Amino acid sequence: MTGSAALQGLYQQVILDHAKEKHGFGLRDGAAASSHQLNPTCGDEVTLRVHLGDADTVASISWEGQGCSISTASASILSDLVDDLPRPDVRLRIEAFRELMQSKGTIDGDEELLEDAVALSGVSRYVTRIKCAMLPWVALEHALLEADGALGAEAGAAR
Amino acid sequence: MPTPTTVMPPVPVRTDATVTTLTSADVERLRADFPILERTVNGSPLVYLDSGATSQKPLAVLDAERAFALHETAAVHRGAHTMAGEATETFEAARAQVAGFVGVDADELVWTSNATEGLNLIAYGISNASLGRGGDSSARFRIGAGDEIVVTEMEHHSNLVPWQELAFRTGATLRVIGLQDDGHLKLDEAAEIIGARTRLIAVTHVSNVLGLVNPVEDLVAMARRVGALVVLDACQSAPHMALDLRALDVDFAVLSGHKMLGPTGIGALYGRRELLDALPPFLTGGSMITTVQLDHSEFLPAPARFEAGTQRVSQAVALAEATRYLSAVGMDRIAGWEFALGQRLLEGIAALPGIRVLGPGLGEERVGLASFVVEGVHAHDVGQFLDDRGIEVRVGHHCAQPLHRRFGITATTRASAYLYTTEDEVDAAIAAIGDVRAFFGAV
Ligand SMILES: Cc1ncc(COP(=O)(O)O)c(C=O)c1O
Repeated sequence: MTGSAALQGLYQQVILDHAKEKHGFGLRDGAAASSHQLNPTCGDEVTLRVHLGDADTVASISWEGQGCSISTASASILSDLVDDLPRPDVRLRIEAFRELMQSKGTIDGDEELLEDAVALSGVSRYVTRIKCAMLPWVALEHALLEADGALGAEAGAAR
Repeated sequence: MPTPTTVMPPVPVRTDATVTTLTSADVERLRADFPILERTVNGSPLVYLDSGATSQKPLAVLDAERAFALHETAAVHRGAHTMAGEATETFEAARAQVAGFVGVDADELVWTSNATEGLNLIAYGISNASLGRGGDSSARFRIGAGDEIVVTEMEHHSNLVPWQELAFRTGATLRVIGLQDDGHLKLDEAAEIIGARTRLIAVTHVSNVLGLVNPVEDLVAMARRVGALVVLDACQSAPHMALDLRALDVDFAVLSGHKMLGPTGIGALYGRRELLDALPPFLTGGSMITTVQLDHSEFLPAPARFEAGTQRVSQAVALAEATRYLSAVGMDRIAGWEFALGQRLLEGIAALPGIRVLGPGLGEERVGLASFVVEGVHAHDVGQFLDDRGIEVRVGHHCAQPLHRRFGITATTRASAYLYTTEDEVDAAIAAIGDVRAFFGAV
């Protein structure tokens, strides 16, 4: 073993696997909106597109980016999570994930809600890495806001 | 004369004129002056390899700052009481000390917050001259459409963005000298770019990413032929080698105190006397004027003209102490030690599979740092792995995005040494770097 228990906790196998497999990687056409997010301290970036089923369901996301294993795995995990999901459920998951990241290791995360994303709970102990994990989630949040704008005030008011 | 209250630095190592490097024993001894080096990080002894970002500070420097605050606190260059006079003398003695450390006169050295502010001071001074401020005596600084400002592709953002902005404000054009694959400047390209339109060349002395030393003499010669000014970013040279700015014959130079054993919040700008006296001020207000009317003011000569507002006095005193400490150890011996550490680091990591080191190879002139890419593992993850063993390195673009783009990457890991770095620390870093790829399954 070459890393401490803490380091193994940060880089769980699920994370290293996602960082390699990159689910949802490759931007697809037909997106309702997209967002480009940058972490200026390290230069990591992600471009994320949101593909809607109907106005109230996120069918999927597609993404591309340059980043560390934490931000890459986070995008891959998010892609698995957001699969034909009603928009309020997406919002719920983003909020739960943000809470987990800000928890400084005091909570484990709801596995039913966040699935593989709970494996990222170790990140919350490393202040300098939280931004890495949040990057794709913030991109999704922004893309959804942009989609609202694109859908027009009418659809926005209906929700 | 005020009684000197700052403690004289302990001479940390013996001075032996024939030795041009520190020995391991010297380094062990001087480490006692840096108690922070005793701490642990994540359960392991600290291996501090981020001195390129900011250096640790010896007790003598901390004591000097405290001694000033304890015994001499008073406003400088304002007020007529005894303590104001003493504090002013101490402040000015600090200026003379730091100026002497880099081979220039006291009145050619302006205090700044850091190197970044120094570079902005020059850029805004030129900008103000271009607006007509300073009248005829500042005319030599005026630039505009058709004029060119030359920088290099390896510059720190602090020596790039201010010149981009100056070009936008004045209509001048920014030209960039490119890099060879080994990181060295393309001097043939420099010779083509630097011509009749060139008004200013801004270049770093030592690259904070590549570790190489730029051929300042060649660039100065090119500048002289066309009458251009040379601005030298000495941030990464002043801490690590004997520096004689007058001999280098540059027009302006900047440095940051926190990278050379001094505190944060203090840096310095050198300007050739006749240039400083002609350059319009950047920040204006109290302490930089002679007479103030309601509708206009007259300014003091340099350096006071560039030191508006209450100054960072204890920091200046502490920086002076830092330069005294460095001189007592011996800049040539520090440079010798760091060169050897740099070579050891380079040799060790270049021998590892899947590692690409930026910059010149073994045997070439380099300072004690190495920036590298680990195949299949992002720099952030490399840094996290090293941090787990108490090894503190810098990851990211090191404020040099264009340089990284030039080499087709977004981030590197940088290990940078200083006079207190030991061979064992370098070896520990090499061993840890050797374990990175296996941990992340990249082999
Ligand atoms: C080459 C170089 N130039 C400029 C700077 C800027 O120094 P500071 O941030 O202290 O102003 C640095 C330090 O980061 C540097 O390494």
